[in-house]
Amino acid sequence: MTDLGYLIAGWSVGLGTLGLYGWSVVRRGRNLGQHVSPERRRWMTTDD
Amino acid sequence: MSATAAPAPETDSPTIVTGTSSRGTRALAFIIAVGVPTLLAFAFFISPEDDVQRDAVRLLYIHVPIAIMTYVAFSLTAFGGIMFLYKGSRWWDTTAYAAGEIGVVLCGLTLITGSIWGRPTWGTWWEWSDVRLVTSLMLFLVFVGYLAFRRIPGDPTVRARRAAVLGLIGAMQIPIVRFSVEWWENNTLHQSSSVLYGKLENMTLFTWFLGQIVVGAIFLYLLIHRFRVAWMEEEIETHGLVGALEERRAEALVGVEQAVGGTVEGRISAVKDV
Amino acid sequence: MLRDALLVAAKDLRVEWRSRVLINQVAPFTLLIVVLFGFALDADTATLRDTAPGLFWVAVMLVAVLAVQRGAAIEAADDTQQRMLLSDLDPAAVFLGKAAGLFVQLLVLEVMLTAAVVVLFDVSVGEPLLMVASSVVATIAIASAGTLYGVLAVGLGVRETLLPILLLPVLAPVLISATRTFGDAFDRVDADGWAWLGLLGTFAVIYVMIGMLAYGVLLEES
Repeated sequence: MTDLGYLIAGWSVGLGTLGLYGWSVVRRGRNLGQHVSPERRRWMTTDD
Repeated sequence: MSATAAPAPETDSPTIVTGTSSRGTRALAFIIAVGVPTLLAFAFFISPEDDVQRDAVRLLYIHVPIAIMTYVAFSLTAFGGIMFLYKGSRWWDTTAYAAGEIGVVLCGLTLITGSIWGRPTWGTWWEWSDVRLVTSLMLFLVFVGYLAFRRIPGDPTVRARRAAVLGLIGAMQIPIVRFSVEWWENNTLHQSSSVLYGKLENMTLFTWFLGQIVVGAIFLYLLIHRFRVAWMEEEIETHGLVGALEERRAEALVGVEQAVGGTVEGRISAVKDV
Repeated sequence: MLRDALLVAAKDLRVEWRSRVLINQVAPFTLLIVVLFGFALDADTATLRDTAPGLFWVAVMLVAVLAVQRGAAIEAADDTQQRMLLSDLDPAAVFLGKAAGLFVQLLVLEVMLTAAVVVLFDVSVGEPLLMVASSVVATIAIASAGTLYGVLAVGLGVRETLLPILLLPVLAPVLISATRTFGDAFDRVDADGWAWLGLLGTFAVIYVMIGMLAYGVLLEES
């Protein structure tokens, strides 16, 4: 495949960064969750 | 296997849930886990190479969806800002913030993947005379500033209000600058939007569409998690860590009621069913 | 409203005149930037002439950040903003006044900068009218954006270091357009300076309007 190096670089940077970022957010969520009481943790509202 | 797969399973008994996951995010994670390999298969093997660009076109299947979601993210930030200014609702402000941070990540990736695509295609990593490149870079910097501003400790409402204005001005700049400069100086290396002109053949179009869905799902997944993290961060900032005092809970009830526009009991019982 | 704006502008300029910080400190810094560019580029005259427009406007941007920071610091020092709000002045008028004050200060600095660039970089100004017009229009845009973002640099425990990252990306289009017009005015670039001037005008109008609308919102402290 032509330009394979570029393809691999581009795709891995793209998906990899998103994955790392997602992982860090989820992890932070778990850490924070231990400090916030369950009642105040609920944020899912469908309207204001 | 992509790193965006579902998080490790966690216990579901109410008192031990500590993460930001939910049924919704788990569903999205599943879609992503299935979608990414499928997309890779289509992008690398099933779709054909381009006449002019040869295989480099395969980079577009990730670059273009990310670029589009960047605009979606920043539009959401701007819109969230407007809604916050209009209704004073913390929910909208938090959405704006979460979307803004994800937007910065996506924008950076747009620039990087675009640059990687540009090198074999145009022969250059960057091109100063391309309006779309320059305005994307500008957008990135503007919202990096937005994030820096949001991280300042202080009164959340004032900060939210100012951030809303910042985000609005920043986001609004981009179409203004883009279209006016393009009109004034007709000179760009960028491809014209081939989707609009219907020149793409079926498999290419489908792969692009698939990419859009996968990246869209990734965006939603990230948004939900980031929103919840931001919400908790603000809880901690305004109410301190939990040795959760009863009086603080009472305060929070009032605050949440204002934010939510309804009684908390009703909300909590509705939410416990999710 | 215009009268209120003029009052505010006059007050700002008077404060500046009394302290002479602009003349004593910022102006030398402006010249210093030009000199530093000269040293760094270590170039022949042709290169200097080519890069002069860009260097000029980069210098203006840096100086504008300083001027805005200084203005914000003065405000913070004696809480004038609160007093202005309490005095029922229309925020849009306050914005116009402050932007006008900043405009004058920047214009003065640009005159000096132009002289320095013409002399040190051996620039020949083919179209002085274009140069002056674009200076004026670009400075309107810069002063407006600067005043608006300057409010954000006050209060809330914000560091001054935040201002550049907020203000400069937004000013990037002004930088680009102004450089093009100057390039044409200096006869170094094959660009239609007047067309770019039109673009500059658009930005100026937009920033002024945004400023008038958003200034009041940003001033609210609670």
